[in-house]
Amino acid sequence: MYVAVKGGETAIAHSLDLVADKRRGDRDVPELSLDQIDQQLGLAVDRVMTEGSCYDRTLAALAIKQARGDLIEAIFLLRAYRTTLPRFGASEPLDTTRMVAERRISSTFKDVPGGQVLGPTYDYTHRLLDFSLAAAGERAEAPIAPADATHALPRVGDILQRDGLLEPPPSRNHGEARDLTRDPLVLPASRPLRLQNLARGDEGFLLALGYSTQRGYGNNHPFVGEIRYGHVPVSFVPEELGFAIEIGEIDVTECDMVNQFAGSHDVPPQFTRGYGLAFGHAERKAMAMALVDRALRAEELGEAVTSPAQDEEFVLAHSDNVEASGFVQHLKLPHYVDFQSELVVVRALRAEVEKRLEQAALAQAAE
Amino acid sequence: MPDTTIRDTSSQDAAYNYAYLDEQTKRMIRRAILKAVAVPGYQVPFGGREMPLPYGWGTGGIQVTAALIGRDDTLKVIDQGADDTTNAVSIRRFFARVAQVATTTHTGEATIIQTRHRVPETPLTDGQILVFQVPIPEPLRMLEPRETETRTLHALSEYGVMQVSLYESIARHGRIAKTYNYPVMVNGRYIMSPSPIPKFDNPKLDRSPALQLYGAGREKRIYAVPPHTPVKSLDFDDHPFEIETWTECCALCGSTESFLDEMIVDDTGKRLFVCSDTDYCESRR
Repeated sequence: MYVAVKGGETAIAHSLDLVADKRRGDRDVPELSLDQIDQQLGLAVDRVMTEGSCYDRTLAALAIKQARGDLIEAIFLLRAYRTTLPRFGASEPLDTTRMVAERRISSTFKDVPGGQVLGPTYDYTHRLLDFSLAAAGERAEAPIAPADATHALPRVGDILQRDGLLEPPPSRNHGEARDLTRDPLVLPASRPLRLQNLARGDEGFLLALGYSTQRGYGNNHPFVGEIRYGHVPVSFVPEELGFAIEIGEIDVTECDMVNQFAGSHDVPPQFTRGYGLAFGHAERKAMAMALVDRALRAEELGEAVTSPAQDEEFVLAHSDNVEASGFVQHLKLPHYVDFQSELVVVRALRAEVEKRLEQAALAQAAE
Repeated sequence: MPDTTIRDTSSQDAAYNYAYLDEQTKRMIRRAILKAVAVPGYQVPFGGREMPLPYGWGTGGIQVTAALIGRDDTLKVIDQGADDTTNAVSIRRFFARVAQVATTTHTGEATIIQTRHRVPETPLTDGQILVFQVPIPEPLRMLEPRETETRTLHALSEYGVMQVSLYESIARHGRIAKTYNYPVMVNGRYIMSPSPIPKFDNPKLDRSPALQLYGAGREKRIYAVPPHTPVKSLDFDDHPFEIETWTECCALCGSTESFLDEMIVDDTGKRLFVCSDTDYCESRR
């Protein structure tokens, strides 16, 4: 008899056991703790929190452990947990000028009020494998200058804006932003909704799209107005109090991209903005997001929409890696019924063509 | 006859609400379902949630089922017509776990049947609900990728593009070569994707006494065909709609009327045909 690709309860149960076994690996190697993942794979935790839309380092570390380091799978796990949590409401908008910055750079000015702070960055490391890391050992602690938490850190953009050289940020009366995880995406989308989608969007997808704008597919002449990374307080207005209270601090990376805008007959030339924000330390993501945000403003700014990165529907519908991963991988599910239907029709079509060819050959032979 | 309904009450997760979704979400989904039933064939956007199963595995159908299911229900889940395919087993286990619901493989015993890619061979009856898992709810999607455009086309009943695509198929192949996900006109108003069921199953949708609900999780759409609603497969007067036929019969039950799966049984490519609907096949043996 045949062996069909049909599996019952037992096969699935065994498969789950195998996954758990693979996850643990060689039992002689010590097991990873969530603290180790949080502390030593912190950037992976940051990415999972950002694209998982859930700021919780322990849960993100757990998801990474459970997914064996597959970050998209970890994002999926975190989201599937997040979706079951009740919503208390929306926080007050983050005020990133109140950030205690660990890193803050501008590529538009040599010096800026508040100073350039290089902070921890891979930018100037030489990418030589550091074999000393292969061995465990005590590492010296780096000297850390005390962060200045007393002064607000003005945005570089605000300085340009004063002279009218840069468009002002959008006003706050966009109304309550809809929650993409509660309401379906409706197109055309508002900018807050687009940014929400991009914040959850796949880093690789946004990186490629942002990159494509630099290579001429919707170029918008970007400069890094400013990137900052650090802790910001989160405030919330509980209904019963009626005023804002601080409920905690989160680490975020913010990118304010400054882009050229030619202006028109009536509008003097002015720089425009693209904006990116991510949980934790995620500059690649924040920058790519800012490039794509600016590209998606093409229509608003009267530019021709000619490239994928400028195409709202294309970008927003395909940015989510949990959706994309699911749909691509669902091709592994059985499709024998659809394939059978195709087989039936392809065989019939082939038979018709063969019959026609045969008749033509006969007719030719008869002549 | 052996008792085939199985009830698993052992392992409900205390951390989750009954049937996984919270009650507000269920209410939102039920409202979308009611709207879908009121406007047959119209795709209602809904706030699809992230489910613990991947997109493409039936998250839309699972959400619809989760919003409907109660302790008195009996659930059947099929994939490709079969109760024993891995995904059907997985979804059935999910509901047995989160909703402690009775499950069955018998079409006649089920109050809710969640399906991927098939309609059961056994005719459905009054009071049954058939929940389809839908990958791409928009029947015009492959002809027009933009949602903003297709929405307008539906609003205006501007379906020329679909007729043209069927005509092109006839011009190229001498027949309509579309075999599954074959578009239908619902209640004379909306063109609808019946989900990737083979066109063999399309006639079963027409004036069915059961309620048909279609859930698309990734695309966040729900649509419906209420009981006894006319569902017409698109065709032309000189090229009427027709379904697949086989010269073989089922090797296990001898049926000549059911949809047959083809199996390659040995290295020389020898073939065997068996019913895709396992419950139907078993009940005839």
